[in-house]
Amino acid sequence: MSIKNIIDAKAIERALTRIAHEIIEKNKGLEDIVILGIPTRGVHIAKRLRDILEATEGVHLPVGSVDATLYRDDIGMKQDQPMLKETDIPVSIDNKKIIIIDDVLFTGRTIRAAMNVIMDFGRPANIQLAVLIDRGHRELPIRPDYVGKNVPTSMQEKVKVRLKEIDGADEVVVEAE
Amino acid sequence: MRLKRKDILTIEDLTRDEIELILSTAGSFREVSEREIKKVPTLRGRTIINLFYEASTRTRTSFEIAAKRMSADAINISASSSSVVKGETLKDTAKNLEAMNPDCIVLRHPSSGAPDMLARFVKCPVINAGDGSHEHPSQALLDLLTIKEKLGRIDGLKITIVGDIAHSRVARSNIYGFTKLGAKVNVVAAPTMMPMGIEEMGCTIINRVEDAISVADVIMILRVQLERHKVPLFPSLREYSRLFGLDKEKMERAKKDVVILHPGPINRGVEISPEIADGPYSLILDQVKNGVAVRMALFYLLLGGGRE
Amino acid sequence: MNKLLIKGGRVIDPVNNIDSLFDIYSIGGKIAAVKPAIPTNPPLEKGGREDLNDLTVIDATGLVVCPGFIDMHTHLREPGYEYKETIQTGTMAAAAGGFTSIACMANTDPVNDNASVTRYILKKAQEQGAVNVYPVGAVSKGLKGEALAEIGELKEAGCAAISDDGRPVMNSGFMRLAMEYAKTFNLLVISHCEDTGLSSEGVMNEGWIATKLGLKGIPNCAEDIMAARDIVLSALTNCRLHIAHISTAGSVELVRIAKAKGLNVTAEAAPHHFTLSDEAVIGYNTNAKMSPPLRGKDDIEALRQGLKHGTIDVIATDHAPQALVEKDVEFDKASNGIIGLETALPLSLRLVHDNVLDLSGLIKKMSVNPAMLLGLDAKGTLKVGADADITIIDLNKEWIVNAKELKSKSRNTPFDGWKMKGRVVKTIVAGKVVYEA
Ligand SMILES: [Zn+2]
Ligand SMILES: [Zn+2]
Repeated sequence: MSIKNIIDAKAIERALTRIAHEIIEKNKGLEDIVILGIPTRGVHIAKRLRDILEATEGVHLPVGSVDATLYRDDIGMKQDQPMLKETDIPVSIDNKKIIIIDDVLFTGRTIRAAMNVIMDFGRPANIQLAVLIDRGHRELPIRPDYVGKNVPTSMQEKVKVRLKEIDGADEVVVEAE
Repeated sequence: MRLKRKDILTIEDLTRDEIELILSTAGSFREVSEREIKKVPTLRGRTIINLFYEASTRTRTSFEIAAKRMSADAINISASSSSVVKGETLKDTAKNLEAMNPDCIVLRHPSSGAPDMLARFVKCPVINAGDGSHEHPSQALLDLLTIKEKLGRIDGLKITIVGDIAHSRVARSNIYGFTKLGAKVNVVAAPTMMPMGIEEMGCTIINRVEDAISVADVIMILRVQLERHKVPLFPSLREYSRLFGLDKEKMERAKKDVVILHPGPINRGVEISPEIADGPYSLILDQVKNGVAVRMALFYLLLGGGRE
Repeated sequence: MNKLLIKGGRVIDPVNNIDSLFDIYSIGGKIAAVKPAIPTNPPLEKGGREDLNDLTVIDATGLVVCPGFIDMHTHLREPGYEYKETIQTGTMAAAAGGFTSIACMANTDPVNDNASVTRYILKKAQEQGAVNVYPVGAVSKGLKGEALAEIGELKEAGCAAISDDGRPVMNSGFMRLAMEYAKTFNLLVISHCEDTGLSSEGVMNEGWIATKLGLKGIPNCAEDIMAARDIVLSALTNCRLHIAHISTAGSVELVRIAKAKGLNVTAEAAPHHFTLSDEAVIGYNTNAKMSPPLRGKDDIEALRQGLKHGTIDVIATDHAPQALVEKDVEFDKASNGIIGLETALPLSLRLVHDNVLDLSGLIKKMSVNPAMLLGLDAKGTLKVGADADITIIDLNKEWIVNAKELKSKSRNTPFDGWKMKGRVVKTIVAGKVVYEA
């Protein structure tokens, strides 16, 4: 097995700062923005992003989590069902601009499920997607609005995002068999 | 992680890890019931049969809501109204239901052990929703969830169960559940309501209600089930109420932060006085709310995995 | 005249204190000779040699040859419940279990409470039975415990004892009456001791297992109290009392005291009661449901001690066939009883392997004593002139019980799949082989 280090802590920080600025630019400020991370790592990235955005603009931003497990399309097909994680949507999302945050964008199925969860909570003005890594291989017509880094991968490779909050260090690695 | 069993028949069978998994999953499901659209598509296209041989609006409704919130099709069959069940043996009914290819059967039955039997006859998971005087696992799980939510832990708590232990499936499931999670369980009842050898389940018999109440962090009041007594086990409801009913006077001996559970439906003024049932210690409504979450978790854990 | 010669077996005949390598010769269904090395063409008493037509020779080398077993407690279910068992299938099961005679209980439909039913059973048994059948008449009309059955006529018609087994007599006044009346005919009264007020809705032994399973228990005292009552009534009436399927330490003690006082009291135990405890019910096994219920470990020990020290005189099966529809239901709705004829011997041989009984002691409990209690003078022994009812056993044969292969019409046994040691090789009734393994 080979392990390739793609980006380090510095690069993660830079990527998030850039995404933050793109969000402000695209939305012409932060009015009506709600940030929802996909557990587990998406939630931590969402919080970091929130901190950067709040520091930059001096406003308060609601942040929450959206667990897509119950909306997955493979429930009942795999041997083991995934552990449920927290869904916490702290404010009404009607007419809000929702930014979904995840660590790695792959097939797009999780994002599809997450969007369905969000739609069951209300009718947002729009939904945007920010990911730290886009590794390609989409199976659904989903594209991110904000990308930290595009990493071309093969199907056999695994992309692992490690974060200080839970893994002790910030880094992204690609593992190949 | 997955619950590696086909059925949920008893708490006795479950390991501590399995119970913890169910409780943490149920904890996640609580939030679904607070959403505007209280429904997730997880079990779309699945069929869950609620087969009830005893009337129990509360438990049946809870399972039904749980199934519907998971987008499963819930079908209720009650023995009193259905020709599927009348005059048929449980084995025949099982075969008939099996032909409908359900994904799960929830069974409430007056005979202890009926769910074991059903589980032998059908391929799909069976959830015991109360069998005779044997077990009522989903009730114990919701009680555990309620206490964990309120007190933050089960380990080390002192639980007192008051009432007709002999005829109570809730008591049996709860004694197993609480002791498996590290609580100490005391039981108190008139000897006519105390079954032989109950201590072997890991609980302690206390003779005086007052003593059992004063040490408790949690008091669980059992429902007086007159319908199960062929010969009354106590002279009158009035005397029962005076001796074993939880009222203001007895509660004066209780710890200040004690909480009270009751599996419902309540006989107000018999096993518990109205001011206590509706008072600040009472978690009765939390139990109802957690009941749905626990049942959603059971459906998810039994049906959400793949099929062998 | 049929002739039978059993050669080279270990003949055990407790009545005559025989335990030797003997041959047995029977002629016309009666035992003609028991001695070493009988020639295959035995000399006739009037001189010359027996002609060899009709002579069956059995090589019993390495096998035990003993008086045929007698089960004083079976339920043949005919008339009325032929879907569970018939006289034909029940007696075939008996033969396969080494029993050459069985006494069948009166709780048929119609109840064997009058001579016509007795005669029906005997006629059926004559025509279709593989072994001898001795009907047990009812104590009360319809087993209702209210009015005496026609006990005198029952005896005349061929009943060997009377019992309301299956429906215990609750009214002590009536029981006294019945025993006083039975005394007139020197009939044995067999009592199923159960105070139904105490057993109430119970479905298994009272205790920790019942508590854990949420099943209503039957306390030991339900049996003890009735055993005590019947012993007291036996003392009062001087009627012969036999306690059926004794299951508790308490009643064993009561019988012991009664015997010490010289009362006319005997008792039987069923193999399942001295083999299985109430733990067999775990999993809601309806084939572990019977009346009286399987008891605790202390009770099992008391039964074994009772057998060892002679307090319990007889091993009887309480063979109670039930159809699948009566057992494949919820535990509390399941019918009581198990079939026992075909598993009785190997289960009882465990007592020999465990040194509770010696082989001769076992044969006494399974043949000699039941013959005596039922008044079957020509049975339970291999003396010359006795009925040639003989069981041949391989003590060491190991086999596995397969309920599907049993001769009984019903399959309700908790011993399915059990590994057994000791098996009946041949069962002989009146000099004819009725069962061959
Ligand atoms: Zn009986
Ligand atoms: Zn019987």
